[in-house]
Amino acid sequence: MRDELCRRLVARSGNERMVFLTGDLGFMALEPLRDAMGPRFINCGVAEQNMISVAAALSYEGLEAWTYTIAPFCYARAFEQIRNDVCLHGLAVKLLANGGGYAYGVMGPTHHALEDYGILLTLPNMTAFVPAFTEDIDQTLERAGDLPGPAYVRLGRGERPKDEVVPPYAPWRRLLDGDAGVMIAVGPLAGSSWDVLRQLDKANRPALWVVSELPIKANAPPSELTDALRRTGRLAVVEEHVAHGGVGQAMCHWAIEAGIGLDRFRHLHAQGHPGSTYGSQAFLRRRSHLDAEGIALAANSLAS
Amino acid sequence: MPLSVVALNKARRRLIDMHYRAKVGHLGGNLSCLDAMMLVHHEHLGTDDRFILSKGHSAGALYVTLWSLGRLTDSDLDRFHQDDTLLAGHPPARGIPDIRFATGSLGHGLSLAAGLALAAKLQGASRRVFCLTSDGEWQEGSTLEAAIFSAHHRFNNLTILVDHNRLQGFGSTDTVASMNPLHERLSGLDFEIRKCDGHDLGSVRAALAPDRHRPLLVILNTIKGRGIPHFAGAMESHYLPLTAEQYAGAMAQLDKESRRPPLMAEQYADAMAQLETDR
Repeated sequence: MRDELCRRLVARSGNERMVFLTGDLGFMALEPLRDAMGPRFINCGVAEQNMISVAAALSYEGLEAWTYTIAPFCYARAFEQIRNDVCLHGLAVKLLANGGGYAYGVMGPTHHALEDYGILLTLPNMTAFVPAFTEDIDQTLERAGDLPGPAYVRLGRGERPKDEVVPPYAPWRRLLDGDAGVMIAVGPLAGSSWDVLRQLDKANRPALWVVSELPIKANAPPSELTDALRRTGRLAVVEEHVAHGGVGQAMCHWAIEAGIGLDRFRHLHAQGHPGSTYGSQAFLRRRSHLDAEGIALAANSLAS
Repeated sequence: MPLSVVALNKARRRLIDMHYRAKVGHLGGNLSCLDAMMLVHHEHLGTDDRFILSKGHSAGALYVTLWSLGRLTDSDLDRFHQDDTLLAGHPPARGIPDIRFATGSLGHGLSLAAGLALAAKLQGASRRVFCLTSDGEWQEGSTLEAAIFSAHHRFNNLTILVDHNRLQGFGSTDTVASMNPLHERLSGLDFEIRKCDGHDLGSVRAALAPDRHRPLLVILNTIKGRGIPHFAGAMESHYLPLTAEQYAGAMAQLDKESRRPPLMAEQYADAMAQLETDR
């Protein structure tokens, strides 16, 4: 997604109000943006707390402030700056966070972002964007950029299955029909889930939906999804995020408030770092059952 | 318009009175920075300029300063620290146009000020930015991040004031995590650094002449709880509200001061020497 991100940011940078701040990240990726933006591209150095507050002040003065760093260095390191300086004032700072979930793999747990949108969505005015496919970047940046409030963009690696065509961007998209309940995937895991579920019969698989904008309360599921849940009472949620504060919990809360009873619920989520060893994103996902086998088991358990 | 000693004493009286009636503390750090805050607002800040109170626990001094300019009313001040007030113990996020950011958690204000200074540069605007920090606040890593950033970008539209009253929440800055002598510790940064007596208007005026090439950092040597007998320079002045006896002493001292010139530089030096001895 990073190359596409840079291309789209360069396209947007014609807007003279746009200012881009990076926390010393972007080598061999953002050079075209730096060249296009000149003095409006600022490397703030290894100082993320300062970067976020500076962005808040730029936004206060009417500039369109974007920040960019590795996800945990944004939402975890500078949480208080996001809370106090950005969100308390409803300022439209755009936080680009590279490496959602276990994306940094064997780089280690300090670089993983497993609780990012759960934490940030506790804050007033915040919207989280979780693009699922590289094809989503254009619309993600446009929608986040045009939002009058703060936005967090969780970036990962697109996992579109071969030969599939990604439907046009929308906060909720149905990727596959299915009769056995509903599976909701968050972010790039939608691609892996798509690859697993497309191999099952329609009658024996849940409908697969991908959600890319949070919170659920501000972006309620569409009626087709709601109808399917009412009809079947079966839901699975797949997300590379811890259970607490994740979409799984948010969906249960939403369903109860909407008067929808769920008699079967499966939640595939990040388990953190349960072992003492590390590995690739695929390895870490597997340990949390966020792999093809875990997704297939969850789908089957809805169908059985 | 030049700040008069009469106006300053009136503000000081109102500040002490407001805190006493509300029965709240943090008065010491308000009194240490009031003089410079009043001077900056009355003599430097134009309509487009920005002031950030990074040491948000001195909100009372800011409210009284805005009151002295007619931006807040007596009835506003009477609601300080009450339920349903705009005037919280730390500057609020909205409701008072002159207060642009809620502060109170130390270590945020200088970055916000740096961002405002950067915005002015990018927008080709001539507005100036003032930021008042505490001295203990320089123990915050984020303050140093902001200082490095501001110096690197040579924000000559940024003036940083440090209220160097030498006392923090649970001890003196010397004994907790010393950055003293502060001007020497910060001298590695590309700032224009000046020191002055923070309670002598002439001294503060001289120190605030802008630098044309880089950020200006003014260390205000001040006394916490300045002007209140048996309270000034004491740890109690950080958190505790005034007792009736201290309040009476403060008012008597103000009465005396309004009849004679304010604390002179030599008296300030004596007071600081006494503080060092007590310590």
